[in-house]
Amino acid sequence: MWLYVLKRIVLAAAITVIAVTLLFVMIQAVPGDPAAVLLGPRATPELRAELHERMGLDQPLPMQVVMFFGGLLQGDLGFDVFTQRPVRSIVFEQLPYTIALILTAIAWSVLVAVPLGCYSAMRRNSVIDKVVGVMAVATIAIPSFVMAIYALLIFAVWLNWLPAIGAGSGFWGGVTHLILPAFVVGIGWVGYLSRIVRASMLEILGENHVRMARSFGLSEGRIVARYALPLAILPTVTILGVGMAHLLSAAVFVEVVFARPGIGTLIVQAVDSRNYPIVMGTVLATTVLFVVSTTIADFVNAALDPRIRGDL
Amino acid sequence: MRPGEPAQQVASSRPSLLEVVDLDLAFQTPRGRVLALRDVSLAVQPGEIVGVVGESGSGKSTLAYTVMGLLAENAEVTGGAIPFEGRDLLSMTAEKRRRLLGNRMSMIFQDPTTALNPVRSIEKQMIDIQHHQGGSRREKRRRAIEMLERVGIPDPQSRIGGYAHEFSGGMRQRICIAMALLVKPALLIADEPTTALDATLEVQIIHLLKDLQREIGCSIIFVSHHLGTVAELCDRVAVMYAGEMVEYGTVRQIFHHPGHPYTKALLECDPGRIRTKTRVLPTIPGEVPNLVEPPSGCIFRERCPHSFDRCVTEVPAPRDLAPTQWARCHLLDDAAEAPA
Amino acid sequence: MAEGTHAIAIEEARSGALTGFARRLARNPLGLFGAVLVVLMVASAVFADLIVPYDPTQIMVGPRLAPPSLEFLMGTDQLGRDVFSRVITGGQVALLVSATALGTALSVGLLLGLVAGFGPPWLDNALLLLFDTIRSFPVIIFALAVVTLLGPSLASVIFVVAVTTVPIYARVVRTQTHALRNSEFITAERAMGAGVPRILGIHILPNVIGPLLILVSMDVPLVITLEAGLSFLGMGVRPPTPSWGTILNDGYGYINQSVWPVVSGGIPIVLTTLGFTFLGEALRDIFDPKLRKEL
Repeated sequence: MWLYVLKRIVLAAAITVIAVTLLFVMIQAVPGDPAAVLLGPRATPELRAELHERMGLDQPLPMQVVMFFGGLLQGDLGFDVFTQRPVRSIVFEQLPYTIALILTAIAWSVLVAVPLGCYSAMRRNSVIDKVVGVMAVATIAIPSFVMAIYALLIFAVWLNWLPAIGAGSGFWGGVTHLILPAFVVGIGWVGYLSRIVRASMLEILGENHVRMARSFGLSEGRIVARYALPLAILPTVTILGVGMAHLLSAAVFVEVVFARPGIGTLIVQAVDSRNYPIVMGTVLATTVLFVVSTTIADFVNAALDPRIRGDL
Repeated sequence: MRPGEPAQQVASSRPSLLEVVDLDLAFQTPRGRVLALRDVSLAVQPGEIVGVVGESGSGKSTLAYTVMGLLAENAEVTGGAIPFEGRDLLSMTAEKRRRLLGNRMSMIFQDPTTALNPVRSIEKQMIDIQHHQGGSRREKRRRAIEMLERVGIPDPQSRIGGYAHEFSGGMRQRICIAMALLVKPALLIADEPTTALDATLEVQIIHLLKDLQREIGCSIIFVSHHLGTVAELCDRVAVMYAGEMVEYGTVRQIFHHPGHPYTKALLECDPGRIRTKTRVLPTIPGEVPNLVEPPSGCIFRERCPHSFDRCVTEVPAPRDLAPTQWARCHLLDDAAEAPA
Repeated sequence: MAEGTHAIAIEEARSGALTGFARRLARNPLGLFGAVLVVLMVASAVFADLIVPYDPTQIMVGPRLAPPSLEFLMGTDQLGRDVFSRVITGGQVALLVSATALGTALSVGLLLGLVAGFGPPWLDNALLLLFDTIRSFPVIIFALAVVTLLGPSLASVIFVVAVTTVPIYARVVRTQTHALRNSEFITAERAMGAGVPRILGIHILPNVIGPLLILVSMDVPLVITLEAGLSFLGMGVRPPTPSWGTILNDGYGYINQSVWPVVSGGIPIVLTTLGFTFLGEALRDIFDPKLRKEL
């Protein structure tokens, strides 16, 4: 079992290293002095010299790579060009908002998608099943920012039920401001997840152990709850880990449309203002977030399935 | 006991536990409508072990599933009745039928590996199935452990908390048998319970079933394609071919004086009965017919060495060879024209 | 089920593949609907110059932020430009980006897939790791990083799309190549001196074309979404070129004064993504239901 844990961690580290290396390569590939590139046109000569030294740009290339990674491992992500604050603090300030958004989106979409998928599987080819199926495809297809704008339009501007922008203050303020964004981030996910649950359930309901449970006269409800659902859930956990990428992308757009603070707003503003250290820091933060969530999802999956547990 | 006898006559003699009366079943598939069971009849007495033999595709498992009501969605019963303890299963509501399952009837499946829930402990599963019976959880656990001991699971106290994959194939089948008999059914349906096990295990399982049946006194419908096992275990045997029941009788009668050409051929092909040394195993020439459009007349005629013109036009009705044995064959009909 | 597909395939070979395919598509109402939308979108983009009533970049052809009317089918934006004309022209951008990006991705993917399939195992594993990493990474973050370094432009968008879609095409080609490299008749062919082009053309291409086409049609909405998304953030095509994303962005800025630019900008995106997705799903169901599990 520890071998499995080790393998997964090594894989996660490998992916992070690759992403960071790519980033490094990209920076080097841009013509001109990397320090100037990194700091942008607004950098002063002093800042450039300092960065030059910190990045070891006078040193041979391999040395630069080592220093780059070394700095990263220490948590040094550089400094914001405008405010001189460490990138690390800025990123960590904004991170909680995005994480709250994503977690809420996951929570509500799972709560809706699992019953929906189960119901569709049990009432296969019924009208509801077909309607849900079409809606699932539609919500997956329509881009998140379009949905965000329409949701904003309908619920905030037109109906005025919910606040339009910002994160709100206090607990309830935070909650009401979270509703619409979390709804939009989660909606595509509901469609996707419910289809997976449905397919998974259908497969399991046809299996022998379900038939045996039926042969003992167990009620349909008990069969679904104890014999089908626990197995159907398993693949969805891994999906959640992989879906983090999609959720992150959706979060970026939703934060922009709803003017919420978070990593998305941060990175977009940084790109707009050519604030390279922030961009790099955000990219790294998201990579780590993404890799960590996939690894956690894998571990949870392994923990839930006694078959994998037994093998390990 | 002759199937096809009107129900009243049957009721006047000793009442059967289960009867299958003129059962027709079809599956709707993309290829067309498969007539999987045609005019199948059977009777099982209390405490009797009835074997159902036939090759793959004969419909024997389908028959078992129809009695239990565990068919796929695309299956449709198009005719007949299945009186169980006097009441027709087919005209019951799903709810009433469900109350019989795991109560008066239970089943053992072919593959014990896939039959058990892989993510639920054996203990929980064995407690689940006792839902028709009363008693506390502790009571049910105790009964389960007793039963596991009875079927030969070593150290059941500690092992009951385990999961299916922790047991060997033979052990798993014993667990399934324990579960099926734990509910003390009047009728146990065993669908090829030893097919997935090797020969030595098969012998053990068969002996176990025999012992348990004597103890509990239930009836068993034993579906198999292995003639030797059927000979050892069963009181009566029904022979099925391509969806029809072609012969029925006591074990002695079927194995020593088979009436139907198919039964005879089956016995000849059974490797266990071949006396002389040979390189080539005998087979029945030809193939199982297409059940979307079954041939007219006798279902076996295309592979039967003795078929004649009547076999093409008329489906043979059951003809008696003895008071307790019949076969569907025109050759047995004295009034028929002599075969060519 | 496999037999049914087999039977249908045989039936098709007899009556002509195209009519068979058309018939099966007709039986799938969603797919048909999708196909109609796709045709509509492509046609309007191709014939944009003929259809548009006004010059899309011409300002003040009408009052600012006017609601839809007979004169301006989708109203006007904050600079008095006809939104309908901009929407139609925006389709051209979307189509251009899709075609270029996916075309590039296909070619590169084909190449890399062949390399991975025929090359030494270490290269194969390294490439696979690369594919999986790229494929599972949040696209928008990567896109923003690229835009930061290369500056916002149409070229950047195309580059990002190409890079992020290459892995999945490469994987399909690699799987097919891998399966073939060990087969006996390839060995025989090579013994007879058959070169790579021949093996490519006869053995690899016919088998990958199907899945690749399905993937392409499923990817078009993703490409359009990415382009529109980047343009919406102000990092895609440069003004005054109309892109659906920029129309949306403009409208969003003036959402309190008029909802129409935003509504109008969103409609083509919704219709196009729905159209391609429904069509793609129908294609996948017709040609290879197995793909459902793999993707």
